[in-house]
Amino acid sequence: MFQIIKKEEMAKGTIIRFDIAAPNIAKKVKPGQFVILRVNDTGERIPLTVADKDEFAGFITIIFQVVGKTTALMRSLNVGDMIKDVAGPMGKPADVEKIGTIIMVGGGTGVAILHHVAKAFKDAGNYVIGIIGARDKDMLILEKEMAGFCDELVVTTDDGSYGLQGFVTDPMKKYLDERDDIKLIYTIGPIKMMHFVCKITEKYKIKTMVSLNPVMIDGTGMCGGCRVTVDDKIQFCCVDGPDFDGHKVDFDELEKRNSLYQQDEKESLLFSIR
Amino acid sequence: MSHEDIKNMKSKTFLKTYCPHCHQSFIKDTKGEKWAKFKSSIKQNDLEVEISPYLEASDRKFSIPVKDGDQLEDLICPKCNKSLISEESKCEECGSAIGQMLVSADSKLIPFSLCTKAGCQWNGLSKADIRKITPKIKRQEMPEQDPKMRVHNFDEVPYGYTTETAMLEAERCLQCKNPKCVDGCPVNIDIPSFIALISEEKFDEAAKKIKETNVLPAVCGRVCPQESQCEELCIVGVKEEPVAIGRLERFVADYERKMDLVSMPHIGSKTNKKIAVVGSGPGGLTVAADMQLLGYNVTMFEALHEAGGVLTYGIPEFRLPKSIVNFEIDYLKKMGVRLELNHVIGQTLTVDELLENFDGIFIGVGAGLPWFMDLEGEYLGNVFSSNEYLTRMNLMKAYKFPEYDTPKPIGNKVAVIGGGNVAMDCARTAIRTGAKEVTIVYRRSRTELPARIEEIHHAEEEGINFKLLTSPIRYFGNDRAAVKAMECIQMELGEPDSSGRRRPVPLENSNFTMDIDMVIVAVGTGPNPVIFQTTPNLKRDKRGYIVVNEETMETSIPNVYAGGDIVTGSATVIEAMGAGRIAARAMHQKLSGAATKTKEEVVGVS
Ligand SMILES: Cc1cc2nc3c(=O)[nH]c(=O)nc-3n(C[C@H](O)[C@H](O)[C@H](O)COP(=O)(O)OP(=O)(O)OC[C@H]3O[C@@H](n4cnc5c(N)ncnc54)[C@H](O)[C@@H]3O)c2cc1C
Ligand code: SF4
Ligand code: FES
Repeated sequence: MFQIIKKEEMAKGTIIRFDIAAPNIAKKVKPGQFVILRVNDTGERIPLTVADKDEFAGFITIIFQVVGKTTALMRSLNVGDMIKDVAGPMGKPADVEKIGTIIMVGGGTGVAILHHVAKAFKDAGNYVIGIIGARDKDMLILEKEMAGFCDELVVTTDDGSYGLQGFVTDPMKKYLDERDDIKLIYTIGPIKMMHFVCKITEKYKIKTMVSLNPVMIDGTGMCGGCRVTVDDKIQFCCVDGPDFDGHKVDFDELEKRNSLYQQDEKESLLFSIR
Repeated sequence: MSHEDIKNMKSKTFLKTYCPHCHQSFIKDTKGEKWAKFKSSIKQNDLEVEISPYLEASDRKFSIPVKDGDQLEDLICPKCNKSLISEESKCEECGSAIGQMLVSADSKLIPFSLCTKAGCQWNGLSKADIRKITPKIKRQEMPEQDPKMRVHNFDEVPYGYTTETAMLEAERCLQCKNPKCVDGCPVNIDIPSFIALISEEKFDEAAKKIKETNVLPAVCGRVCPQESQCEELCIVGVKEEPVAIGRLERFVADYERKMDLVSMPHIGSKTNKKIAVVGSGPGGLTVAADMQLLGYNVTMFEALHEAGGVLTYGIPEFRLPKSIVNFEIDYLKKMGVRLELNHVIGQTLTVDELLENFDGIFIGVGAGLPWFMDLEGEYLGNVFSSNEYLTRMNLMKAYKFPEYDTPKPIGNKVAVIGGGNVAMDCARTAIRTGAKEVTIVYRRSRTELPARIEEIHHAEEEGINFKLLTSPIRYFGNDRAAVKAMECIQMELGEPDSSGRRRPVPLENSNFTMDIDMVIVAVGTGPNPVIFQTTPNLKRDKRGYIVVNEETMETSIPNVYAGGDIVTGSATVIEAMGAGRIAARAMHQKLSGAATKTKEEVVGVS
């Protein structure tokens, strides 16, 4: 059993942050890795990326958006409540090293993960340009935290209610046009967004890492539900990823698979409400 | 029901006895009753003896008064007047002289003895002889749930033997002096001994006998491929159906559990040495049990939220009820084994870290990485690996959706690719969860299907279709990117390959398309890379499985042992258990400094 020791509602309660006591995982987890959790005995297993950790206090932070039955159930939990199972860390850590100037592009809840990886890149001595986006002002998360360590930070909203109006790809393109010292783009967010980012950076021939988050069950490489095609080969996101070279990922396939499951997720949520 | 009652249940065995000299029958019909008739004398008075010709009866009639214990002086054939008394042999029970005759058995005549001491029952027939004479007991069937009913539920299919049928089946065993069945068992269970205990109605002792070599009899009785192990070699099987060893094993294990006769074993003197077992499948469970019994402190690490490995996440409820698996795991916990769930070794803790805290490590992580076939459209929705499908259904209990949260994969027309136990399990799960039509698509012919015969039979009874000599080559999706059809090609069998099985070769222009809305790919699994990512010095073979010393199961890292599917590739429950047993003994010998034993001495010695 794993206790929730802190709960914070973000983005008007649609995005929630939990600190969960998990000393073994906190000791091990590196930026980019995730955990699989199961709330109770009848629950499903869902992957959630670790957004932060404190190995001395022995907890990990997760940030999730309420999209389905399990995340809706999790929102109803409070400090002191227990989560039945938390297993991890899963996946390979992000490949963090000192390479120079980096653009970190995040959208939606992806910013939660981006923030953990971006901090690591900064600590490794890189010049970090952050670009984070959200649908509107209310849905924007972790701006302050990102601003705390990014060398430059640009915020976009789809509706212009805050920061620049438009998509994260607009300022990214501008940077790519203006600067020739950018060594790496690292992006996390909705699949469509990552796809766009990759299409653009491919033209500029700049290495782009994406962090994928497909449907998972076990998270240990056992089910193959998380499979993605990378470089024409089947890869299991939970053990071979979650980070891949974005220019080699077959996004069309991934989008199709994902849209199917989103449909399922909605049905499952409806079922639970009924 | 006692042994005697069982005997009485069988129709009586009529003994046709003949004179060894004139070959005429001794049987006489007196007033509608058949008796065997002889001439004899007692204290020099001639008399006539009549003996009931039934094996099970011991009635005798004498023409003058005779008491039990009186000694007949002679036995003479009433037809040719020659003495039947044997020069060479004596009664093996009382040492008296015996009359020797012949009895017809299995269209042969075999010797039959009659003791000259009134009241002595010895007849010189061996158990095998009696078998030849007695009307044959047929292999006992297990009653099963009606296929029409069971396709609507997840309850176990066979109900198991009753005490009566188990004892009847046990009667069929010849108690061979040189039992071939034992050679066929990967852990060399003392099969004739446990079967003898069943015929003596000592069911709990029978269970204990099996447990000397096999810690999971209730599981093995259900899932072992007996037809290619013990039962394949059973002597009875030469002429008729072999003794149902697996069903008997299952019976005694269930009896012991249901009657609450399972007792805590004696635990050896405690040491302060610590053992880590990685993975809680049958291999890991065996090592944990054996080492805990030897007095070590065992901690078992499991990546998932439930223990049991394939027994829990793979094999469905209707074939192996989870209550049985949980019972065995609880038993280990009661023995003192610590279970750490949600621990992915290689991630949460590494093998190196375990080595700092434990004296010995066993790696039994299975071969759980599913293979796909690299076909066009395999990414489509509703195309699952067998592992994903079974994990959702069994481990996550999706078949109980919405009571459980994991959505139930739904298909009307389901194709299962593959022909092993895994494929049968998927097909039968699909038919139970509402599929209208389920087809097993297998590239070889029926004889090559690797599944247990019983499972193939059950699948057929449940209405699963078999499309043999067929292989998929492409999947087509609908506008929602869910699979809607598949293109297949027909095969024919060519030359045998290295495994000795005939290689399937595609038949040109035999392509056809099948409408389907779900595909389950059950074409095998490989080694999972996770544990190796942080243990690069663990030596592996070309295919990625761990290399071990076969005598000890020790890996290239001292004090780290491995066994089960992660060493052999996908195999069987009992083979994983056998490997676990060897590893446990070797580990114990190394850690306690005991003299090393060979593999042969280890297996089968408890
Ligand atoms: C659907 C299905 C049906 C089958 N039917 C039969 C049958 O009828 N008869 C038969 O004899 N055999 C059958 N088999 C094969 C049999 O189940 C296996 O051969 C056997 O279970 C292998 O045992 P094992 O101990 O090696 O590993 P497994 O049973 O595979 O157990 C390995 C365990 O280790 C855990 N693990 C993996 N990686 C890690 C890690 N890094 N850290 C911690 N834990 C880890 C896994 O989660 C798993 O629980 C079947 C297999 C399947 C999939
Ligand atoms: S081979 Fe058959 S008959 Fe002989 S001991 Fe074994 S089970 Fe009994
Ligand atoms: S989540 Fe099952 S293999 Fe990746």
